[in-house]
Amino acid sequence: MLKKRIIPVLLLKDGRMVKGKHFTDFRDVGNPVTAARVYNSQKVDEMTFLDIAPSPESKEKVRRIIQEVAKECFMPLTIGGGIQSLEDIYTLLKIGADKISLNSAAVRNPQLIKQGAEVFGNQCMVVSVDYTTDENGTRRVWIDSGKTPTELDPLEHIRRCANLGAGEILITSIDREGTMTGYDLDFYQEIVKAVDIPVIASGGAGSLNDFLEAFTVADVSAITSGSVFHFTDQSPIKTRFFLYDHKVNVRV
Amino acid sequence: MIAILDYGSGNTFSVYNALDYIGADVVVTREPDAIRRADRLILPGVGAFGKCMEKIRSYGLDEILQEEVLVRKKPFLGICVGMQVLASVGLEKGEHPGLGWIPGSVRLLETGESGLKLPHVGWNDVDFPKGHPLFHKIHPEKDRAFYFVHSYHLAPDDPSWILATTEYGSVFAAAVARDNVVATQFHPEKSQKNGLQFLENFSEWEGGPC
Repeated sequence: MLKKRIIPVLLLKDGRMVKGKHFTDFRDVGNPVTAARVYNSQKVDEMTFLDIAPSPESKEKVRRIIQEVAKECFMPLTIGGGIQSLEDIYTLLKIGADKISLNSAAVRNPQLIKQGAEVFGNQCMVVSVDYTTDENGTRRVWIDSGKTPTELDPLEHIRRCANLGAGEILITSIDREGTMTGYDLDFYQEIVKAVDIPVIASGGAGSLNDFLEAFTVADVSAITSGSVFHFTDQSPIKTRFFLYDHKVNVRV
Repeated sequence: MIAILDYGSGNTFSVYNALDYIGADVVVTREPDAIRRADRLILPGVGAFGKCMEKIRSYGLDEILQEEVLVRKKPFLGICVGMQVLASVGLEKGEHPGLGWIPGSVRLLETGESGLKLPHVGWNDVDFPKGHPLFHKIHPEKDRAFYFVHSYHLAPDDPSWILATTEYGSVFAAAVARDNVVATQFHPEKSQKNGLQFLENFSEWEGGPC
C-alpha cells in the first residue's frame, strides 16, 4: 500500500536556505544545494523548496538551485514562492520541478489552479495554505509569506481549491511554525476528512512523536519539517525507523 | 544511444538527468533522423491522456514509433502517461484512442468507499517477477518501492502483459511488457536508487522476456 511520506521543506531567501519562527526572524542556515544532497543521501521521499521573498532576482537564483539539485536528486521536487502565472509554472516544470506550490496566487487568482491543472495536470498543482487561529478559535488565511491577512477561512479555502483542481494541500499553522510544540492535529484531521486529495502537514513539529501523531491521529499523507531536521539530531533516517517501529507504513 | 521523445509533455529533463547520471548516451529529441538512429526509445508523459495523444500525433511520433518499435523492434520504455497511451482507449475526460500497442483501457483508479485519496501520489511497493532483467538488482521484498503520481491506470485486455503490480485500493498494473515494449506507471526518474537501477537495466535490455 501507499506509504506515508517525509518531505523536508527548504525555505529560500535570496538563494540561501533560511529558517524562522512564525514566518519571521529568519536566519541563514546554509547552502540549499548542499542540504539537498544530504537529504538525498538520507533517502527522503520528496523535497520542497519555498522562496519566501520572491523577486525576479530570487526567482533566477531558485531556478539555478533547482537545476543543480535535479542533476543529482532523483526524487520529486516541489517549488513554491511567487508563482503567479501559467508561464511561471511552465518555466519551473521545465527546469526540473515536478510540482509547483501556489499560495498567495491561490487566493488572488484561484482560476490559476484550474488552468494549471488543465494544462499541466492536477498532480503537479500543490496549494499551500498558511493560517492563524485567534483566541476565539477563528481561523484566518494569510498570504504574502504570512504578511497579509485575508478574510478567508482555511477549511473553506481548501475545499474550494480542491474543487478547482489542486492535487495536494500543504497546510501550515503560522502560530506553531518554528515553535516545535507539535502540529495543530485536530484541525489537520478535519481537513483530511474534508477533501479527497492528499494533505501534507506543516508547522510545529518538534519531535518524532509529532510526526507519528500526524499520521496516526490526523491521518495526513505526508509530513514536512524544517526545524526537526535542522535543529535537532533527528534525521529523516531516524524518523523513518521510528515510524516504522510504530507500525506506520513508510519506506525503510 | 537512447532517445527520449520530446513532444512537449513529460518531464524529459528529469529523465535525461537520470540517464545521464548513470552514464548512458542519451538525447532528447523529436527529430525523425535521431529517432531512427537511436537503439532504444523512451516516451515520458505527464498530464491528460487526450492531450498527450494529440501532441504525439501532431509531431507524427505515432507513425515513426510504429515503424521503429513495432516493426524494427527497438526496446521501448513508456513512463506514466507514456504507458497509458499504449492502451486502445483512454477514459480520462472523454474517450480518446491510444496507440493500441497494449490493448486495454485507461480508467480511474478504483478507490470507491475506501476514503483513499486521489491522485495516488507517493512511494508504493511494486511486485515483480523474480529474476526479470528489468528488475535486476532491485530487491524483490525489502526495498521495492517506486514513486507514483497518477489517478488513472492501464487495465490490459490480456493480463499476461502485466509485468508488475502495485496495490492502492485494488491491485493494478505498475508495469506492462510485450515483446520489446515495456512501460511503467511509476516514475523511475523520480524513484532514487530503485529507479536509477531500473533505467540502467533498461539501457541494457535487449527486449523480450528473460
